[in-house]
Amino acid sequence: APPKAVPKTIENQRVYDETTVDPNDEEVAFDEATDEFAPYFNRQTVPKILITTSDRPRGRTVRFCEQLSTVIPNSHVYYRRGLALKRIIPQCIARDFTDLIVINEDRKIPNGLVLSHLPEGPTAHFRMSSVRLRKEIKRKGKNVPEVILNNFTTRLGHSVGRMFASLFPHDPQFIGRQVATFHNQRDYIFFRFHRYIFKSEKKVGIQELGPRFTLKLRSLQKGTFDSKFGEYEWIHKRREMDTSRRKFHL
Amino acid sequence: VQWRTPTLPLYLTFLSRTKTQNFCRNEYNLTGLCNRSSCPLANSQYATIREEKGRCYLYMKTIERAAFPRRLWERVLLSKNYEKALEEIDENLIYWPRFIRHKCKQRFTKITQYLIRIRKLTLKRQRKLVPLRRKIERREKRREEKALIAAQLDNAIEKELLERLKQDTYGDIYNFPIHAFDKALQQQDAESESESDAEKEEDDDEDMSKREFVEADDSDLSDFEDMDKLETSSEEEREEEEEVEKKASHSKSKGKTPLKGPARRKRPYIEIEYEEETEPTTKTKAA
Repeated sequence: APPKAVPKTIENQRVYDETTVDPNDEEVAFDEATDEFAPYFNRQTVPKILITTSDRPRGRTVRFCEQLSTVIPNSHVYYRRGLALKRIIPQCIARDFTDLIVINEDRKIPNGLVLSHLPEGPTAHFRMSSVRLRKEIKRKGKNVPEVILNNFTTRLGHSVGRMFASLFPHDPQFIGRQVATFHNQRDYIFFRFHRYIFKSEKKVGIQELGPRFTLKLRSLQKGTFDSKFGEYEWIHKRREMDTSRRKFHL
Repeated sequence: VQWRTPTLPLYLTFLSRTKTQNFCRNEYNLTGLCNRSSCPLANSQYATIREEKGRCYLYMKTIERAAFPRRLWERVLLSKNYEKALEEIDENLIYWPRFIRHKCKQRFTKITQYLIRIRKLTLKRQRKLVPLRRKIERREKRREEKALIAAQLDNAIEKELLERLKQDTYGDIYNFPIHAFDKALQQQDAESESESDAEKEEDDDEDMSKREFVEADDSDLSDFEDMDKLETSSEEEREEEEEVEKKASHSKSKGKTPLKGPARRKRPYIEIEYEEETEPTTKTKAA
């Protein structure tokens, strides 16, 4: 009988993306050393996050914001009260915030996320789905979690991955044994927050705590949030980009 | 002068009814309601205010021009200043019926108010409503589910954590000396002599480490219940002790969700394991 062939999966058949990052690529390394996240990765700045919502948030969104602020250390939640984002941003910069997260909601559930790196950093706009709130598992302590970024292969994926990494302080406290995971699969970014324990050197157990949600990147903009005049680095165009089932961009 | 017609009155052509009111759809209507007094068709002397591109005009219709539909409506541009415009209305509609004058001024007031509001709103944030497309939503949802299954998140996370453990990112927190010795072994040249030497050393150390390991587990067990079957090699002896500890932890357990692993036991019970003299072979398993 013929040997069993390797089954074809979508990941196997993925259309080769020319912007895939080669780990040894010098140009990419140079770019990353000089882009907007360099001060963070050189440990010059400590992340300070502002979490807010769209106007008039409803219960679920408010609770989600609170939980998100426990996941991300050094983050503050402020209510929007109808303020324009363009006016908030200069104030945030003045008060030394490094990142701004806006959670957009529709019909009482959160469905969008705008993540903006503040001192003139890129702004990423995501669509958020499958939001599950935390249900009475023990809350996170004051420990800084670790970060896992999986499967961010292309240049675009790399920059998005660095954006996520810059939300968390650089020195995770391993004593806390908490890990936040951003796993990219077929252009969907799954966020999970776990507590882990090593049962032996080959086995680890994880217990999920913290909210979970999935993100899909809609657009990446070079400057801070400016939907009309901003310079977009990448926009998801449905007609062009959704034609093939095996083509992914992150 | 209000004209009557024997057939369907002309003015009812623009009528649109609702449950409580009758509205007139004619553009020149002053009040918006359909009644005899405020119908531009039924009245031969009529005036309205209409705005175009932010400027208000006074439109007037008189009997003299009833025969010339093209010149029927006379248009006067009103000043931007509110009070001046009111005076202009009064001037133009002097000697006109009180009703029309009054209604014209009311309409003009309302129009200016909404123009002010438009100007204010354009300065504020303008929100664009983007409609959801059902087919696309469904497609995205389905793809997300499939991606979730393909992702196998838990496995991926566990693998990543073990990788990090191997690469020593955690430093000395976790005492898995077996692991460290494994690495040391791999670094050295793999000769049987050196291996057996190392094994003998490891034997003693392993006993020590076994004891250490168990004690560390004690504190962790209070967090997690049901650490069933910690599978490291050569731990039959240890398992016995562990069972006893597990019983103890069961009583302290708080009903949390169980970890990954085999099904949890409802009742504590002792599992008797027999120690075998197979240490060397199990050693190679670990290596």
